[in-house]
Parts: sequence; C-alpha cells; structure tokens
Amino acid sequence: MANLNDHMGRPVVAVTGIGVVTSLGVGKKDNWAALTSGKSGIHPITRFPIDQLNTRISGMVDFLASSSKGASALTYELAELAGLEAVAEAGLESGDFGGPLFLASPPVELDWSERFSLYNSDKDGDDSAAERMLRVARGLKELDMFETTQFGAIADRLADRLGTRGLPITLSTACASGATAIQLGVEAIRRGECDRALSIGADGSATAEALIRFSLLSALSTHNDIPEKASKPFSRDRDGFVLAEGSGALVLESLEAALARGATILGILGGCGEKADDFHRTRSKPDASPAIAAVRAALADAGLGEHEIDYVNAHGTSTPENDKMEHLALSTVFGERIGSMPVSSNKSMIGHTLSAAGAVEAAFSLMTMRESVIPPTINYDNPDPAIVLDVVPNKKRNAEVRSVLSNSFGFGGQNTCLVMAREPV
Amino acid sequence: MSSPHDVVITGIGLVSSLGEGPDAHWQKLIQPGATPVLETARFTPYTVHPLREIDWNLQIPKRGDQRQMETWQRLGTYAAGLALDDAGIKGNDQLCASMDMVVAAGGGERDETVDAAILAASENRNDRDVLLNEKLTTELRPTLFLAQLSNLLAGNISIVHKVTGSSRTFMGEEGAGVAAVETAAARIRSGQSTHILVGGAFQTEHSDMLLGYELAGYLHRGPWKPVWQRQGAEGGGVVTGSGGAFLVLEQREQAMSRGRKIYAELGPIISGRARRRRGKLDAGIADLLKQAALPHGPLLALSGASGAHAATKAEKAALDANPSISARGFSTLTGHLKEAQFPFAVALAALAVQRKAAYPVFDAAAEKPFDGKPETVLATAIGYHQFEGMALVNAA
Repeated sequence: MANLNDHMGRPVVAVTGIGVVTSLGVGKKDNWAALTSGKSGIHPITRFPIDQLNTRISGMVDFLASSSKGASALTYELAELAGLEAVAEAGLESGDFGGPLFLASPPVELDWSERFSLYNSDKDGDDSAAERMLRVARGLKELDMFETTQFGAIADRLADRLGTRGLPITLSTACASGATAIQLGVEAIRRGECDRALSIGADGSATAEALIRFSLLSALSTHNDIPEKASKPFSRDRDGFVLAEGSGALVLESLEAALARGATILGILGGCGEKADDFHRTRSKPDASPAIAAVRAALADAGLGEHEIDYVNAHGTSTPENDKMEHLALSTVFGERIGSMPVSSNKSMIGHTLSAAGAVEAAFSLMTMRESVIPPTINYDNPDPAIVLDVVPNKKRNAEVRSVLSNSFGFGGQNTCLVMAREPV
Repeated sequence: MSSPHDVVITGIGLVSSLGEGPDAHWQKLIQPGATPVLETARFTPYTVHPLREIDWNLQIPKRGDQRQMETWQRLGTYAAGLALDDAGIKGNDQLCASMDMVVAAGGGERDETVDAAILAASENRNDRDVLLNEKLTTELRPTLFLAQLSNLLAGNISIVHKVTGSSRTFMGEEGAGVAAVETAAARIRSGQSTHILVGGAFQTEHSDMLLGYELAGYLHRGPWKPVWQRQGAEGGGVVTGSGGAFLVLEQREQAMSRGRKIYAELGPIISGRARRRRGKLDAGIADLLKQAALPHGPLLALSGASGAHAATKAEKAALDANPSISARGFSTLTGHLKEAQFPFAVALAALAVQRKAAYPVFDAAAEKPFDGKPETVLATAIGYHQFEGMALVNAA
C-alpha cells in the first residue's frame, strides 16, 4: 500500500493524464515515436514572409486548423488538444473535469492583421493612427477580436470546454510558465482545495513580431541552412534557441482520490522548487545561485537527496548562456556525479516552446520514466569542452528511470524546477 | 478568534490620480464630496484618471533601471516599493530574499510611434507582412520587448527591491488580481509561505490600453459621471484610471514577532467565473455573497465596479438587495484600474477597518451613509467582461 501522504504529511500528487502537441505532431504517441527516434520538428518558416529576417526557421505548429489564425486562436487550440488528451487518458469526462484550471500561456496582443484591418477600414478622418483605431473599434463591438486582447479569455473558453471549476488562473513566468502551472496545481491539491487539477502550458505565439523581438535580443539561432540541426544544446557551436510552439497538459490528482476511483497512476509529481533572480532582466546571476536554489528547493520539497535523481530533463535551450549556467547549477548540486548522470534536452528536437515548455517537458519526463527510454539530445556533434555532461548524445537510451528533475528558467529571473517519480513510495 | 496562521496586511502601497500612499488616499477619500482628477482632452472622447507626477527616483533609484521600463512597470515597481517600505521589509535582505510574490499583470506599452509608422505605410502596400518585417527589424527598440512582457513587472520588482523568494505573474484583468490575492492568502494560511507581496498596476494613458476595452465598446464617452450613473449614457460605461496597488500579506505570527503594525486581517476570499453569456451573472454574484457569509448588521462595501453596463448593473442590484450594505464605488474617484482593481479594493477596505471609520459617500445620489465603526468591510471586483471576486477584510 502506497503512502497517501508525503514526507511532510501532505497529500501525494499523482499524474493520471498526459497530453502533448509539438511540431512533431498531435498526441503522445506520435511525439514519443519521433522524440525517441531523434527526429527534429524544426523547419523553415512558411507562416509569414521571411524577408529581412536573420532567423528563418522555427518549430511552429503548422498543421492545425488555427495555425494561420493568430496567436490567440492557435494557443487555444493547442491547449484544448493537450487538455482533451490528458482528460481522456485520466478517464474523466471531457466536458466535466470538476477541478481548477491553471493555464500557462503567452501574453496576448492584438494581431497585426487585425491592426491593419482596423486602420485601413476607415481612411476618412484626419485623426492620428491611434485615434482612428479607437474610432473604428467603438463602432465594431466585435467580440472575437476583443477577446484576443483579453488575457483571461483563453482560459475562460477552456473552462467552458473542459468543465473546469472556479476562476481559472492564467499565468506567465516567461519560459518557466508551464512548470509554474504544474506547481500551482500541486499546491492546490496539497492544500486540500481540490482532489484534482488540470495544468496546461500552451504557446502558439510565434508571430513575426515575436520572432523579431527575440531576434533583436540575440536570443535566436541563425543556423538557417539545415533547420533540423539548428538547436544544439550543450554543443560548442550553439548560437541560440529555436522559437517553437506546442502544448502540454497534466491531470494532477491526489493519489488517494486517483486510487479510489481506480485510475492508472502515470507518475508522481513529488516536488516543486522556485527562486527568483534579481541580477538582470534577461541574464542569470553568473554564479547560478538562483537556479541552484530552485533545484535544491525542488529536491527538498520532494524529500529526495541528490543521489536519488536518475535523470535530468534539462532546460537546455541551446543559447550560449543558458546551457553554461545550467551546467554550472547542475554540477554544483550534483557534484562529480553529474558527469555520469543522463541529462538531455528535448529542445534539441522540438525547439523552445516558451510558455508551454515546462509542461511539454514534464509530459516527456513522465513518459521517459514509464517507457524506460531516455530521449536523446540530438545535434551533439561538437561537444562544448566546458560543459561535461552525459547528454544522451544523438541516440535514445534504454534505462530504468525512477525519478526526474525537470528544469525551467526564464526571462525576468524565473527559475522553476519539478521533481517527478515513476511510482509512489 | 485570531490564529497564528491568519493572513494579515502589514504593508500597503497605493498610487492613483489621487496621490500616493495609504495616508494620502485616506485623507482624500474621507473628505465629503471629494472630486475626481480627470483628463478629458488627451484621449477625447474618453475621460481618464491620469497619474500625477511621480518622482520615480524615490523607489527606483537607478536611472538604468528606470530606462529599462515604461510607465506601467515603473508604476508597479514604485507601488510595490511603497508597500515594502510600509511593512518595514524594504532593505531587509533576509525578509526580501524569502519573500514570495504574486503580481497581477496585463501587458506593457507598445511603441506607438513605430506602430503608427507601420500603419501609415500600410495604406499603400499590399505586402503588409513584408512591410512588418522591414519596419520591425529596423525600428523596434530591443529593450521595449522586456518593457512589454507581463512577467517583467515582477522581474523588475526582484531587481529593484530584491524580492527573490519566488515570483509568479497572473494574467487576466480583474480576475488576475482576485486570483493573486486568493492564492497568496491560501499559501500563507496553509503554511506554504510566511510573507507575500501581491498586487498589480495599470497604466491607462496609452491608446492601446484603451483599445483593449473599446474593441467591445466598453468605454464611457461624453461628460464624466460617477460609476453608478453611467447606464444609458453614451458608450459602455467604463472610465479608466492609472494606478497601482500592492499589499504585503503576512502570517499573523510573523507580523507579531516583528512587532509590525497590522492594518487588518484578510478573511475569506471568494472567486468565481459566472457564465455570463448564459445570463448567469446575477446568480453568480448572489452566490459569491452567500459564500462570503457576511456578518450581521450594517456592512461597508468597497466596490470595484467598473461602470461596464451589464456587470455594474448586476453588482448594484445584488448589493442593493441587501439593505445592510453601504457600497462605495471607488472607481468614481480613481477610474478602473484593471488588474490592480481588486488589490486596490482590499487596500481601501483595510484602511477603513484600521482607521475605524467609514468613507463618506462618493456619490450622494447612489450611495447611502454608513454610521459607526466598520469591523468588517467587503471588497469586490466584478470584472467588466469576465471573472468575479470578493473578500472580507476584518479588524486586526
């Protein structure tokens, strides 16, 4: 009989449903097959013209009905698909989830196509661009367009679709958002506010403007010629991340409630840790102390020692700075053992799914444990001599994995780490 | 009965068109017949409650930090600093490093000049996507992206004030403010945290921020009116304001051991998502009031009503239906502060219980006097479009 409470007397939180969408496909089956065969989803950009752009590749999700309908519509569809897959796997009714929703999604803005259409629909006035847009807008009362500017609108629609309970929380901790959504669900269950929670990270915001913004911050890879080779975490010639889209969803449930209804336990969400960095808006503290503190906080929350982690699902963005900092953090926490511990980056194949990344990678971490297969870090042809890690280079590895640490770090000093286990103890 | 894990308010940071700080707001608001500060020309036909001049240096000493932000982030960082000062936490490395943070945020300001140039050029171009690439790659300031990112208000608070326990940003208009306060309080009650900075800011003096309301016709037009008196007037009823509200929430035991002044105890916080399109808002508000288990006897309510016709009418009807409630629609004097609306309501409620006095009516035609000392005050935020929340704020 498994313990229903953890080392701190809190309810153990189980995962009973998983959903995922990336540029590799819709659903766990296709994604896992691609991921374990080392296939990349990175491809040339076709959604918008690439004139003037230094980066012309991405891991956009181009095969959905909403793929060309703007960031809000696509983010919603990504979230819905992952959410439905997770809820179905959990054996729950798709329109009556019955627990709270935590949605990690990108900040919203009115799409340029809408701005152009508003502005050019009435050229009569001699007012400024801003005044004209407002003048046209107030005659419209166009609810669909309006809702793309409301930060809570995607979660509101999801709540209707999935039948989640209460006020849904939409959150952003930049590139750590997906992990924060999971953390909020775990905390709500531990507080006894609910028996189950739905945590979703979704990001369909790879617009031209988003790409240009990251590009201007020198964050993106410009290795355009062979797109599938561009994302190369921990390699010496890594030159930035690859902008991508996707979604991940977890049904979290108190182990007690899950067992009581006979649900299959897919894994345990054992610990969450976070620490904010006050060093810089985009750069991490050089000594990696906030990332170190976040990893240690997650281990402590899970009640596990460093030696009890079998595998690290790295943030591994393929930016020069992140990978160096993450290596410093991991080698500080795990000491000499880090050189022989598998540490791989899903982003080598799917790129950086931003607000979704923490949730997508938690989904893959859980599958890694269940399938006893570690997805590789592909494009590892030119190791960075300063980063000595077993990155599971280029080919998947069969291995017993009982526990995973998954890292997520983001702009604005965000550091969130999750510890997952294969089985309850 | 007080308990060591009660959630108490030990710091308040407020900025609005009325001024800055809890004292300034209290003094303004207890003057009978207080008049709003209005800007009617800059965004005509819309009226806004503008920010007064703020000396950012007082809370954001480094010019380099100020340059990295636009007004929205400065405003939030400033209000957060006021709250930390008020709670005696600012500059205390140990308390800042262990302090959690939940910020309710929308987005920051776009570059209006660049946008206008792109729009102007679009009149004569059919290849608008190419135009976008041309203009954005050459004219966007790289740092502006960071000034727009929702979670970078929290990021700037970490950098400027050294609050680094944890940092989470909730998005979604008034509901984000409700969920931020609710989650922060739940974490303290359950022992997951001992002290949390929670709040938000809204800077309305930017056309894109107005556009966010006006795409659904939510803004009031024509002569200004108090928040309860906009039904039937031209436009959608919302008059916005710039402002920010941050609270330091603390476990009672820790606040006592630090010997801090306690403004108030934060009672139950109730949130909801009424299915408004199915006509469920009236029932949703009634249900929240029921869950709040209001105390017997006369009750002062700080209402965050936005003026939006449907939501404000529903809230007014629900509050009027309970003869014990005397509501104060503070948006009459501050304008609608979006993500900051609920933290602002809670802050004003806390001031009333701490000062043991009620605010006079803000609108004599629609509000009724409250005599006596408020022991408990209700704070509400019924979203102009979606999401609802309430809290009871009790004497310490």
